[in-house]
Amino acid sequence: MKSEPEPNLVRGTPLHEKPLRQGKTFTITYTPKLRYEWDMGQAIGRYLAELKEGRLIARACRKCERVMIPPRMFCERCFRPTDEWVYLKDTGKIFTFSLCYVSWNVKRLKQPEVPAVIEIDGASPGMGILHVVKRIAPKKVRIGMAVQAVWKPKPERIGSVTDIAYWEPIKK
Amino acid sequence: MSDRVAIIGVGFTSLQPSTPHLSFKELMFEAAQKAYLDAGIQPSEIDSFVTCAEDLNEGLSIFDEYTPDQLGAVQKPMHTLTQDGLHGIADALMQIRSGIAELVVVEAHSKASNIKTPEWLVDYALDPVYNRPLGLNPHALAGLEMNVFLHETGIRAEHCAQVVAKNRSNALRNPVAAYPLALTPMYVESSTYVSYPLREAEIAERVDGCAVVVLADEKKALKAQSKPAWVCGVGFANDSGTLESRDWVRADYARIAVERAYRQASIQNPREEIRLFEVDDTYAYKELQHLIALGLFSDGAELGRSIEAGETKADGKMPVNVSGGALGMGLPLEASGLYRIVELVLQLRGQAGARQLPDVRLGLAQSWRGVPTTSGAVVILGTERPNEPA
Amino acid sequence: MSRRKVAVVGAGMTKFMRRALETPKELAWLAAKSALDSAEMKLDQIDCVVLGSAPDAFDGLHMKGEYLSDGCGGWKKPYLRCYVGGGTGVYAVAQAWFQVASGLFDTALVVCEEKMSSCLPHPQAAFLTIFDHITEQPLKPNLLWIFALEQTRYMQTYGIALEDIARVSVKNKRNALGHPAAQLGADLTIKEVLASEVMAWPVHRLMVSPTSDGAAAVVLAAEETARRICDRPAWIQGVGWCLDTAYWTNRDLAYPEYVEKAAWMAYRTAGIREPRKEINIAEPYDPFAYKELHHLEGLQLAPKGQAPRLLADGVFERNGDLPVTPSGGLLGVGNPIAAAGLMKICELFWQLRGEAGTRQVPGKPERGVAQAWGDLMQVGTVVVMGTKEPA
Repeated sequence: MKSEPEPNLVRGTPLHEKPLRQGKTFTITYTPKLRYEWDMGQAIGRYLAELKEGRLIARACRKCERVMIPPRMFCERCFRPTDEWVYLKDTGKIFTFSLCYVSWNVKRLKQPEVPAVIEIDGASPGMGILHVVKRIAPKKVRIGMAVQAVWKPKPERIGSVTDIAYWEPIKK
Repeated sequence: MSDRVAIIGVGFTSLQPSTPHLSFKELMFEAAQKAYLDAGIQPSEIDSFVTCAEDLNEGLSIFDEYTPDQLGAVQKPMHTLTQDGLHGIADALMQIRSGIAELVVVEAHSKASNIKTPEWLVDYALDPVYNRPLGLNPHALAGLEMNVFLHETGIRAEHCAQVVAKNRSNALRNPVAAYPLALTPMYVESSTYVSYPLREAEIAERVDGCAVVVLADEKKALKAQSKPAWVCGVGFANDSGTLESRDWVRADYARIAVERAYRQASIQNPREEIRLFEVDDTYAYKELQHLIALGLFSDGAELGRSIEAGETKADGKMPVNVSGGALGMGLPLEASGLYRIVELVLQLRGQAGARQLPDVRLGLAQSWRGVPTTSGAVVILGTERPNEPA
Repeated sequence: MSRRKVAVVGAGMTKFMRRALETPKELAWLAAKSALDSAEMKLDQIDCVVLGSAPDAFDGLHMKGEYLSDGCGGWKKPYLRCYVGGGTGVYAVAQAWFQVASGLFDTALVVCEEKMSSCLPHPQAAFLTIFDHITEQPLKPNLLWIFALEQTRYMQTYGIALEDIARVSVKNKRNALGHPAAQLGADLTIKEVLASEVMAWPVHRLMVSPTSDGAAAVVLAAEETARRICDRPAWIQGVGWCLDTAYWTNRDLAYPEYVEKAAWMAYRTAGIREPRKEINIAEPYDPFAYKELHHLEGLQLAPKGQAPRLLADGVFERNGDLPVTPSGGLLGVGNPIAAAGLMKICELFWQLRGEAGTRQVPGKPERGVAQAWGDLMQVGTVVVMGTKEPA
């Protein structure tokens, strides 16, 4: 009974860049035409509407006493509907961060983007959201650093998480 | 662990062409709450969860990421099947019979209204080298199949029209249905061709909705607050994924699946023993193709006569798609099979209201995953605890 | 405790490559055939087929399970595709396990396939779509972000040095030199790893597994059949899987609770009380170097924050006390998502039978654990395999 794949039994034909670019292999290209319009629903609908107004909003569950952001109409721990809307501050603390030198579509960046998970003041501990940090030398960013949201001017806000342009350190 | 498995709860939203006020998470939360209430359980008691979903139906990759919270499944065993809900039922049964779980939840939903390019989406499922370059509307593949099916079996266009009239009329008695309409076959036969011989009125319309089903092992089922619907038989199978290698006349995937299910349920004479059939009718002709594949009719001629005699109507000898089917309820994508399960469960419990059939002891649900697949599943439910485990 | 015992009786895989000439169906076929051949079985003897394949976004297909069914042997057979993101490769074995353990099937063929190279301009870009469409995608996140954010948190919480993380790349890429399917086997030093360009600090390029094309397959059989057709079956002693909340930014990323829960689910069934003592080989998921350490802690094979030290002490080397990733892992062999997880199962199969060639860990290992991870730092899938039949 053979089990271990001897070298000649492990098959596969690696293709290298050059012959591909030289057109030595047949290829078919297709651009998918997929469009979606997602229903925001109650929780996220309000979240985006408040962002447009320059505010961060959360939902609270009275049973486990958590204030949750991003807001949700159900508490996933207690499995019951959440109870009320709670406005939060637009300040927070960096829970974790990175300095990213590659864009989402794999282009090299000279200046790194600084993605971070930011714990929002007023929400329960550990309640973070994903966003980006700017206006600080990348090497100076620290976990625990206090940051403040920088909003786009009202006419530019559309009801999106990008209505906050970025977060920056709170100046003491 | 036990060999016998039953459905002890169902929860579902009504089917609608669009649900703009609810996100998919909120839709799922609604159905889950209803299911757990019906089953008399808390989510903390559930051992395992199965979601039936396709990433590209949702527009999100790795869709299982977004399912645990609204089902009470956080930090629990949970997985996705990229299959119809009936495959999920089979999955849950196998988990319970293996001893790894006693209480399993199966969920499927549709937010078809959020897909703005549905035909391009189906096109994206076609073979990129052999089929897509032809640029056909995917309904053409159903048209091709319908044509040869009619040709080989002798089933006629008016039989297909009868299916539409029957199912949409049946839907009038189903509060969950999205497309109830009292129509005559003549209306169908004057509807425009989408892809000859397939007519527009013969194509089920997509809808939004969510269904959640709770399955339990024997011990828990016997203590359940509602009458358990025992899973007597399951089966699922594929024919070829390649258009060029498949049987275009026979729905073999359904035949292979149902043979397994009949064997497990010890059913010798399905027409006599099974009271109602919930069979895929994404396209009207599919209902007929599936009825033959399920071994209920030996050929097209026999089936044709039966339709002409009204036997598959709600008040006939062999009611098919009393729920209204996909033509009458709407097609909630991968949740289609689960809505048929819901119908069976309601019928078995005597809770089917205006649709209630007398003496329901066994029901069969069958699903098909739509163009371009040859994937389907069968589940047989019954009021009596099976002697032989399914 | 299941009534029915199930074993892995055959395994096979393709090369893992940056780009394969073969189509997805052909890759699946090559692996499936190889697994059947190794078990000396024919497709007719297979009762059901389980496909594991991760995001459809890469292959350029909707419903790719249906498309792949022919290549997997799913013709006129019970067939389904299961999916938990990156956790799929190990989860698919758990799925097939309960399908056979249920009594509905006696044998199962598990195939995992991925063809990421089809995605242009680069498969990495497709990962954008795993993030929440409303609260995260507008920020144009990329996969590196989420790993880097987690690595930062892990390092900070436990005071771990980058050298300790780089050491994982060194070990795994070196181990992979002995693997015939490997895409990136190499003999490197820690210094060379740290000298590679920073992708997303603190992640360096040589700490990241590649995108790959490839497939792997295993054959499962129930007890009577397994004993009949295989001289030394690798028995599945326990399976576990666990999915955490989608709200990954509401969790502390320093420790993978979902891996711990999945591990205990598997260990409980396997009757394991002290994993560190009772397990002889570990194949944790290593898409990024630090992940191996993170997962070892979740698997209870190292105390929290201590895995780096044990690695530095040589405990996890191939001839150490607990060999970890003797295959060479995702970092060395390659990362065709689902196939990579199944590759780890294949590795345990060969190791337990003493057939791993130059990668063989000494001392006749009796029990191993394979683990995969997936989603938004969210799912743990675990399988325990061993030479002894479960009780």
